[in-house]
Order: sequence, then C-alpha cells, then structure tokens
Amino acid sequence: MYQYILKRVLLTIPTLFGAAALVFLLMRLIPGDICMIRLGGGGATFDPKALAACHAEIGIDRPLIVQFLEFVWGAMRLDFGTSMWSGKPVIVEIGARLPVSLEIALLATVVAVSIAIPLGTISALKQNSWLDVAVRIFAIGGIATPSFWIGILSILLVLDVSNAIRGSPWMPPIDYVPLWQNPIANLSMVALPAITVGYRYAAVSMRMTRSAMLEVMKEDYIRTARAKGLINKLIINRHALKNALLPIVTLIGIEFAFLIGGLVVTEQVFNINGVGRLFVQAVQNQDYTLTQALVMLTVAVFVFTNLAVDLLYGWLDPRIRFN
Amino acid sequence: MLARKWPLTILVATGCAIAVVLLSGRATAETPKRGGTLTYMIPADAPPSLDGHREATYALVHAVAPFYSVLMRVDPENPSDTTHFTCDLCLEIPTPTDDGKTFTFKIRQGVKFQDGTPLTAADVAASWHEIVFPRKGVLSARQNWYSMVDSVETPDATTVVFKLKFATGVFLPSLADPYAFIYEKKILDTDPHWYENNVMGSGPFHFVNYTIGQSIEGVRNPDYYHPPEPYLDGFKGLFAPKQSVRVDAIRADRAAVEFRGLPPSARDELTADLGNKIAVQTSDWNCGNLITPNSSRKPFDDVRVRRALLLAIDQWHGGPALSKIANVHTVGGIVFPGSPLAATKQELESMAGFWPDIEKSRAEARRLLKEAGAENLSFELLNRNVDQPYKFVGIWLVDEWSKIGVHATQKVVPTGPWFAAMRSGDFDVVVEANCNSIVNPVLDTQKYLPHDEFVENYGYYKDPVEADIYDKMLHEIDPVKQRVLMRAYEKQIVDVEAHEFPMLWWERIVVARSYVKGWKIGPSHYINQDLADIWLDQ
Repeated sequence: MYQYILKRVLLTIPTLFGAAALVFLLMRLIPGDICMIRLGGGGATFDPKALAACHAEIGIDRPLIVQFLEFVWGAMRLDFGTSMWSGKPVIVEIGARLPVSLEIALLATVVAVSIAIPLGTISALKQNSWLDVAVRIFAIGGIATPSFWIGILSILLVLDVSNAIRGSPWMPPIDYVPLWQNPIANLSMVALPAITVGYRYAAVSMRMTRSAMLEVMKEDYIRTARAKGLINKLIINRHALKNALLPIVTLIGIEFAFLIGGLVVTEQVFNINGVGRLFVQAVQNQDYTLTQALVMLTVAVFVFTNLAVDLLYGWLDPRIRFN
Repeated sequence: MLARKWPLTILVATGCAIAVVLLSGRATAETPKRGGTLTYMIPADAPPSLDGHREATYALVHAVAPFYSVLMRVDPENPSDTTHFTCDLCLEIPTPTDDGKTFTFKIRQGVKFQDGTPLTAADVAASWHEIVFPRKGVLSARQNWYSMVDSVETPDATTVVFKLKFATGVFLPSLADPYAFIYEKKILDTDPHWYENNVMGSGPFHFVNYTIGQSIEGVRNPDYYHPPEPYLDGFKGLFAPKQSVRVDAIRADRAAVEFRGLPPSARDELTADLGNKIAVQTSDWNCGNLITPNSSRKPFDDVRVRRALLLAIDQWHGGPALSKIANVHTVGGIVFPGSPLAATKQELESMAGFWPDIEKSRAEARRLLKEAGAENLSFELLNRNVDQPYKFVGIWLVDEWSKIGVHATQKVVPTGPWFAAMRSGDFDVVVEANCNSIVNPVLDTQKYLPHDEFVENYGYYKDPVEADIYDKMLHEIDPVKQRVLMRAYEKQIVDVEAHEFPMLWWERIVVARSYVKGWKIGPSHYINQDLADIWLDQ
C-alpha cells in the first residue's frame, strides 16, 4: 500500500506542473496586464513612467521564456512567488483565505452527508412511495437550483423574516471571526453558506445513495441475509449501506475537492473572504502568479482527495488491494 | 401685589423652561457626540498595497486615509467647493512668490506619528519628494501631475518650499491630492517600500488591524491636532465587492454607510425599506464617460463622420431618463460642471453634441454622413465590462446612433483587454472614463490632448492647435484668461474636430444610516475620507 501511495504522490507532480504550465500560457494570452488595471482601473489617467516602473517591478517586461523558467525553478523549490497585485507571498494570500473556505467546505460536507445518506437510504427503501417522491423532488430541486441563487434568497429571507419578527432586519455577520475566538459569530456567518452549498451537495449525493442502495438491495446476499432472519436494521446498516457506500464516497470526495476554491459565486454572495473570491480577484486582476498558484492548489486538492477516497475504498471493501 | 404677580411669574418661568428645553434639544442635535465605532463598507477587494503614493484605487483611500495627514486638502466643511482648500498640516495656504513659482508652507508643530515621533517639515518634504521625484524602483502613480515642480526644499524644521519651473494655476489644487500621505522620513530613508505593507501615520486614527481582503480597523488618535476631532472612538472598514452585500449590510445595520456611491435602484430600495432611518446625499461626480473614435482608422479619420456621431446624441433628454437607472446626471463639457472653468449651458448649446434642437442636430448628422459617403456606417463600440454606468451609457449610445441610421454593435470586455485594445489602437470607437479626485480642470483635461502629447489619449489624432491652447492654459495664472483658453480648448476638441465626445457627468449617490452625521459629500469618492468629522447620533 505504501508503494501505491508513493506512486500516486509522485504522479501528482507532473499533473501539477502540467496544469500550472497551461495556466501560465493561457493567462498571458489575455490582452492587457495587471499594471494597467492597477493604475488605470479607477478611470484616472496614469503616467507611462509609472506603468513602465510597474512592469519592471513585477517582471512582466522580461521575455516569456525567462518568466516561465523562473516559475518552474520556483515551483521546484516550492516557492510559488509573490502576488503581482499585492506583492505578498502567494502562500500568505492563500493562507489568509484558506481557513474560511475549508471551514465552509467541511460544514457543507457534514450538512450534505447528514442529509444525503439517511434520506437517500429511506428513499431507496420506500421506493415509489410518497416519501420517495418527496425526497426525489427535494433532490432535483437542489441540483436544478443554482446555489448562489439559493444563497441570495436565503439572505433576503433572513432579512425579511427577522424584520417581521423583531421590527428590524438582521443579517449574519459579514466579517469572519475564527471559530475559537467567537464560536457564535463564526457559526452565524458560515451557517447560511454551508447550508446553501450543502443542499446542492446533498442533492447530488442523495440521488447517488438512492440508486446505489436500490442496486445493492437487489443482490443475492441481501436475500440471504433476510432468509437468515436478520432484522432489517442490521441488513441495511451492516450489509446494504456498507456495500453501497463506494460510489457515494467517490462522489462526496469529488464534491468536497470542488468546494475548495470552487465556491466562487457563493463567496461573493455571502462576502466570504475565501479562496474562491481570491480566485476571481486574481483572474480579474490578471495576477499571473497568484492564479497559477491557485490552480495548482485546486489540482492538488483534487488529486489528494481522490487518493484519500481510493485509500478509503480499501477500508470499506476488504477485497480491494493496492498492488 | 405679590399675589397678583404670581400667575405672570409662573407664565414667564414656564415659557423660559420651554425655551431652554427647545434650545437645548436643538443644540444637542447639532453638537457632535463623541464615541462609537463606525462600520462602513468598502466596495472593492483589498487594495494592492497600503501605500498611497503608488496606488490609484479608491479602495486604498477608503481603507487608510483615516491614518494619515496630508499637507492640504479639500475643505471638509464644504467639499463641494471646487476652488477652496484648507490646511491639514500646513498653517496657511501660501500666496506664491517669485512670479508665482515659489510656494512656502509653514508646517504645524506638535504633530506626532503613531510611534510618537514628532512630525517635522523634513517628513513633509521627504514624502513629497517621493511623490514628485520617486527614486528608482519606487512607483509614484501621479508623478506626471507634478512635472512643473523643480524642487522641494526644507530651509528649516518648520518650512517646506516648493519651487516650480514655471508658474501655473494647476499646482496648488494638485497639492490637495488625497493620496499624498505624509510618511516618516526616517522610514522612507531606511526602506522606501515599507509603507506598502505597513501603516505609520499622524492622522485622526491610529492603525489597529488589517485582515487581508476582509477588514481594516482604527482607533482614535488622542493627540490629533484638529481638536475636538475625531469624534469616533474607532472605525472598521469591511471590503465587499458585491453591491447586494453592501446594500443588505446597510439595511441590516451591519454597516452604516458606503462612501463611494450606490446606483439609483439601491437608493430607492433602501429608502423604501428604511424610510427616515436612511439619509441620502447626492453630488455631481468628478467622473464622466467620454466616447473616443479612433482617428487612425477609417472612416473616423474624417471629421464629418466624427461630428455626425456626436450630433446624433441627445444628452439633454437622455440625462434625465438615464439618471433613473444609472449613475449619470448632468450634461456638461470637458470640465467638471461645478467648476468656474466649466462651460455654461449657453456655451454648451453652441457646440456640436449639445444643440438644444435634437432634430436639427440629427438632420445635420445625416447630411454629414452622406457628404462623407458613410451613410450606412456600421462599427463596433468597445466598452468596459462594468455596469455602472459604462454599459448603460453604451446601450443608450447604440440606440442614439441608430436614429441616424448608424449601426453600432457593442463589444464588452474586461478591464485588462479593454486597456490593451485602447493602447494598441485595436478598436473603432471606445467608451472611456475620465475620473479624477481633486477638481483641477486644467490637469483633468490633459486626457484630451493629442496622443503624441499625452500617451493615455486613445483617439490617435494630432492637433497642434489644441496642444498650443493647452500649453498656454497650463502657464496661465489669471483665472479669467484661463477660462477663455479653456473655452477655446473645449471648442477645438468637441465642436471643431469632434476628437472626443464628453458624455453625461456621473452622479454620486451616498446612502447612509441617518445616525451618521458630520460627513459631507463631495464631487469625488477619493476626497474627504479621513473620517475625522464624522460622529454618530446614537
């Protein structure tokens, strides 16, 4: 198994490098540059000398090949450079935003798993009943509705309901406070985005749980278990669910990986100072180094999440061997 | 006798008591209260750095202006007055000597930086030196404003002397630049990049905390040199690029105000929801869109075609209609409407694009297009991907041009490609903006100079007549003569050559919770942002 893990980790390196090289080229194909945006974005004219000084300062006046080699050399030393916008190391920029994105991703996962697995299971067991129909409508609603729209509506709902109850509107806090500093303020802020994102996440997982359970419940070993006289609860929990979990775990893993850096619009709607919003800012500002680093982070998250999921398979299904 | 006087005595006493209550109530409403923390929204992601000398974004001013002093500034009591400036660190605005080429400022004593270091003339001079003569590797975003400055000197610890190469009326207003923070000389000498990531000022507030991309906080400077300000105990600025977040925050009283400006729809929404809990201030904004045809491309090299496009636009009726949905309002020429150098309505109406009879104007436009052989003109209007008011203005223009048979399609691109297209000349006609902080008309209208005189003009035309007028205007210090030259300059640009079309000036709408007092709106979102005069009536 360790060899398997090592092989997968080593395979990550060319994947990361390929993604970053692609972004390196694509970003530089976009006309304009960060200095023009920085100096002229407000509508004021700017001094050409200031523009030239800015270009020299961040090094985008150098030949592309020089910039690329510098980037590769830095990446090999795990030095991803400084943000062209702020001048701060990209590690610092990302590090400042990662905790809140991670917290929302984890909370959304908890919300999703808490809803998806029980409801998906019930839906499968009560196939074609009114309960099944209700759960399926709930799931389709979550898949069909954009999460940012749900987010906007949820904020408005909270504002209007609170206004009706207390006479003045209430809104969750819009500046992030770490959980250990003020749990109530922290959870007040992240609850709505986590529920909003978690709903869509749950909807997708719910449907997968339902279909996986339906398939497993038709298996011979389930019939055998019933014939042996096992109680239903044991059959579902010990036999059916565990075998149905493989595709569900895969899906949950992919969705979780997407949440890190993928919550672009949700973070805008809730004013979350997270990685998704940083991504938008980096692309809009044509901040090449930061965008490259964020892409590499996203790829790394996907790769390592998939690795974790694959390793989890081994625990879920003892038949699986990593050789 | 005494008994008969009692009712009268009681009446008089009651009347006095009522008067005292009424007067004290009114005095209380007008008298600033000390205390409280102002939370406000900054409509942007974080500024690139914290250094005012190198940045051009309002996000920086809204975030860090409260920590810094400047030499002189727009009068916070009357920021709408475009000609009146007051001292911040200086003791009085000097009258120039040496035929208008020397300005001697006496610097206030007793001012301290946050670290306790006394502020002297050396700090003021060093800061201005960095702005005007930045050393190699140091970025100064507005260096070109000060091309007339020959030297900045400190003959003693309380005096700063600016010597100019030539006398000009643009210099003094440009000193009121809201980005011209005064830094500590010893820090600049050690590390000129220090202020990019750190704050050390002498302004009304002391720096407390900056969370990247999220918030910035300050507390009252107890040693502030304009007592009894500041009134606030502190402030917190929250970065929020999305408008709906800012509007909801004000609605829910998570924040009290957003200082840049909201569109009419947000103002209407908040007013409808909150009634008298909201106070709205509006002002003409020292920002306006301008339409620039690319004179290096056919058929826009033909003045008849350019003039026709200008004549087709009905700003007099378009303004009131657009102002309901977009941040535009006042019809004006190339100079900010509130300025003494601005054209009057009569003067405007004599120029193409501002004729009061739009039918006559459009008839002339069609005639010119026919004469130029461009009757079925079709082109692409390049625009920036910003709603307010760029896209609104762009859509309106396409419609206006259709009324003379011109088919324009709008191409909307993000800021970077928009700049790149303008700088490479890869466009037909473009929607630009001319946005400035201090109203300094001669400097503000540099934008209209021909490309070979001013690289950031994207019309790609040559016009030595225009350049000559501008040069005379730059060197003219008599305001009456300067105005005459400005009219000639404007006429040459707009009426004679139709190089550029100045569009509706923007309207600034600032919505605040009604307990926020003391702040007065000005014509720019860059000025009057040190929060010193704000107090909370709570």
